[in-house]
Amino acid sequence: MALTAGGPPMSDGVAVIVGALAAFALKLAGYLVPARLLSAPRVVAVLRLLPVALLAALVSVQTLAADGVLTLDARAAGVAAAIAALLLRAPFLVVIAVAAAVAAGLRASGAAT
Amino acid sequence: MSERSAVLRRSLTIGVATGLYGVSFGALSVAAGLSVGATIALSALMFTGGSQFAFVGVIGAGGGGGAAIATASLLGVRNGLYGMQLAPTLDARGLRRLAAAHLTIDESTAVSVTQTTVAARRLGFWATGGAVFVCWNATTAIGAVVGDRLGDPRHYGLDAMAAAAFVALLWPRLTGGQPRAVAVAAAVVAAACVPSLPAGLPVLVAGLVAVVAGVLGRPGGTDGRRAPDE
Repeated sequence: MALTAGGPPMSDGVAVIVGALAAFALKLAGYLVPARLLSAPRVVAVLRLLPVALLAALVSVQTLAADGVLTLDARAAGVAAAIAALLLRAPFLVVIAVAAAVAAGLRASGAAT
Repeated sequence: MSERSAVLRRSLTIGVATGLYGVSFGALSVAAGLSVGATIALSALMFTGGSQFAFVGVIGAGGGGGAAIATASLLGVRNGLYGMQLAPTLDARGLRRLAAAHLTIDESTAVSVTQTTVAARRLGFWATGGAVFVCWNATTAIGAVVGDRLGDPRHYGLDAMAAAAFVALLWPRLTGGQPRAVAVAAAVVAAACVPSLPAGLPVLVAGLVAVVAGVLGRPGGTDGRRAPDE
C-alpha cells in the first residue's frame, strides 16, 4: 500500500502505546470532567451514535475492501452467516465462529476467493 | 442467595464470557500483522475491546498508525461517558481512581449501573472489571500465540471473523430507527470512500454520519444515559 494516512509511518509499537494512552485519557476524563459539560442533547446524541457509525463502517470496510477496491468474496458470505446467527440470538463466539467456518469452507471448496 | 454473592457470580460469568473472545482478538491481531508482544500490550494497556478490534482492523487493512489510533480513540469516547456515570458512585481518589478509569468498559459499567444499592454497584464494578481484565489478558495471549502459528489467516476465514466481530459488537446498539439509519448510512459512506481514500480514512469519514445525524436529527428517545449493552 503506497498511501498511508497522514504523516510519516509509525511503528506498531509506538502506535500501540499512543493508542493506549489516548484510551486511558478518555476513560480518566470521565472521572475528572463534570457531567453537566456534556449534557447538551445534541452532544449526547452525537456521542451515542458515534460507536454505531464507526462499527458499521468497520463492518463495511472489513467485508468489502481489498487493497483499495470493493470486492465481493467469501468474507461477505461469512458476514451474512454471522447476521443469520445473530438473528437466532447466538452468542458472540458462535457468531464469529460461523463466519470464519463459512468463509473457510467456501475457499476450501473453491466456490469463492 | 445474598446480594453480594449474586453480584460476584454475575461478574465472574461476564468475565469468563468476555475472556473467551479475547482468544479471537489475539488471533486476529497477529493475523493483522501485529507482533505477539504488541497484541498482549494492547489488551493490557488499551483494555477496551471494541477499540482494540478497530485498531487491529485498521492496521490489517493497511491503514497507518495514525488512522488506527484515531478510530480506536473515537470508539473509546463512550468509556469517558461511562466514567461520568460511575464517578459519583465509586467516589475513588488517587491510585484507586486511576485503577477505576482503566477498568471502565462496557461490561463493568453495565453490571454496576444495574445494581440497586451503592455497595452492590461498587462491588459489581470492581469485580466485573477485575474478572474481565484477568480473563481478557490471559486469553489474548493464548490467541496471539496460537494465531502466530496458524499461517495464512484467510485459509481459516479469520478475515471474515474480523468483519463478523464488528457486526456482533454493533448488533446490540441497533436499538431504534435512528441508530439503524446511521449504521446503514455509515456503511455506505465508508464503502463509497474505499476507492478514493487511503486505508483507514473511510471509517473516520463515516464517523461524520454520527455527527450529522446527532446535530440535525430529532433526539432519538430519552435514553442518552442508559446502561451500555453487554
